[in-house]
Amino acid sequence: MLEVRNIRKSFGGLEVLKGVDLTVSRGDVAVILGPSGSGKTTLLRCVNFLEPADSGTLVFDGEEFQLGHVSRKDAARLRKKTAFVFQNYNLFLNKTALQNVTEGLIVARKMPRAQAEELGRRALDRVGLSGRMGHYPSQLSGGQQQRVAIARAVATDPEIIYFDEPTSALDPELTGEVLAVMRRLAEDGMTMLVVTHELGFARTVATRAVFMEDGAVVEAGPARQLFENPGQARTRAFLQTGGPSA
Amino acid sequence: MDERLLSIIIDSFPKILVPGLLVTLPLTAIAFAFAMAIAVAAALVQFARVPVATQLCRFYIWIFRGTPLLVQLFVVFYGLPRAGLTLDPFPAAVIVFSLNEGAYCAETVRAALEAVPAGQLEAGYCAGMSYLQTMRRIILPQAMRTAFPSLSNSLIAMVKDTSLASNITVVEMFRATEQINATVYEPLALYIEVGLVYLLFSTALTWLQGVGERRLGAYQGKGG
Ligand SMILES: Nc1ncnc2c1ncn2[C@@H]1O[C@H](COP(=O)(O)OP(=O)(O)OP(=O)(O)O)[C@@H](O)[C@H]1O
Ligand SMILES: [Mg+2]
Repeated sequence: MLEVRNIRKSFGGLEVLKGVDLTVSRGDVAVILGPSGSGKTTLLRCVNFLEPADSGTLVFDGEEFQLGHVSRKDAARLRKKTAFVFQNYNLFLNKTALQNVTEGLIVARKMPRAQAEELGRRALDRVGLSGRMGHYPSQLSGGQQQRVAIARAVATDPEIIYFDEPTSALDPELTGEVLAVMRRLAEDGMTMLVVTHELGFARTVATRAVFMEDGAVVEAGPARQLFENPGQARTRAFLQTGGPSA
Repeated sequence: MDERLLSIIIDSFPKILVPGLLVTLPLTAIAFAFAMAIAVAAALVQFARVPVATQLCRFYIWIFRGTPLLVQLFVVFYGLPRAGLTLDPFPAAVIVFSLNEGAYCAETVRAALEAVPAGQLEAGYCAGMSYLQTMRRIILPQAMRTAFPSLSNSLIAMVKDTSLASNITVVEMFRATEQINATVYEPLALYIEVGLVYLLFSTALTWLQGVGERRLGAYQGKGG
């Protein structure tokens, strides 16, 4: 359902994505692994048009886009089919947990408020936060904020959710609750593209894995194969040291 | 205190207060409302870096922050008739105070917009919202909350600055006091008296500012 071909991106003179390919099928949990600075965040941001890529092709649901020049309208249209969970949550600070979830439904998708709130309550319930609907982000822990962010992503019924290191801003004791929520999403068949340093999570949940280094894909394939029998020495070395977070 | 002075002070009180309530406060309120509209528009234009319009905003702000308010009042009220545009004192004052205050507040609002974390706009996009929807629902409300104390200070300063409108014959509180003084000649007592009425107004506004900040504080949670 998502295919990226030969995506390139430079910041000034620094080439950050050197022609990356990526394929995610419906129901996949694809993880992107790689050392710090390898371009994982940039890749996700380019795929959701938060950063304009220099060139490349994006195929979404069979529809093809040239990443070098995506119109604002196309970007907006595609974003309504996707959701993004940020490393630092990025909850709307002036909105309650429930409003964070309903905002995109009511404002962007013109859903009647009552229906949006019903969906919002269900989404928050799903991440275990039915008791925190009226709380503002500043009144929530990091783990709770990230779970609200996941509820916000889920509520719009996206075809794919992008996660950029959803637990790396969290204290270790809070990562578990967020990973548990993601694990359940995966079991429910949600298509996810996850940048993560959590190798344990990646090993147990991912169906596909991509190992990136220095702006290029070193190895990609079924998760089991990449974890248990990596074809590249670099991948093996990365997995053995447990990635940068270990 | 002799009886004559006391009765002058007492008699003049309503004559000062009434123009205060009927001219000073309306002038402040109307001009500040226009100033807010100008400030938000100019700040949004600059924040979005709209070509040409941004340069026009910079130019406008440069002019109005770089010249004295009194000079601006004189240019508009005494000067513009030469160019064929004659304005009554009150509208002239409203125009000048709106533009002057708008220039200062535009900078306040722009700084507050820039202070909203960039991730808020990106989160809006990712939730499917457009730039304008995110600005209106997410960014601007947060910026206005940040700007609130500073805008309140501007408002309080403006109440006092409206006394300058006396120079273009607006019979606001200060000019009313001058007129009383011209007949009874008690400058010390009368100017202190009008000063106290200004103090009363600004104290009331400061109190309102406190109420407003507490409201907004509760609205945004502890972190704001
Ligand atoms: N806005 C930017 N301007 C300039 N350089 C940037 C920008 N964003 C990222 N970079 C550079 O691009 C490279 C890749 O960054 P990116 O954030 O994509 O890496 P990453 O794989 O997500 O790393 P990490 O694991 O630390 O999050 C880095 O060298 C970074 O310094
Ligand atoms: Mg990153």
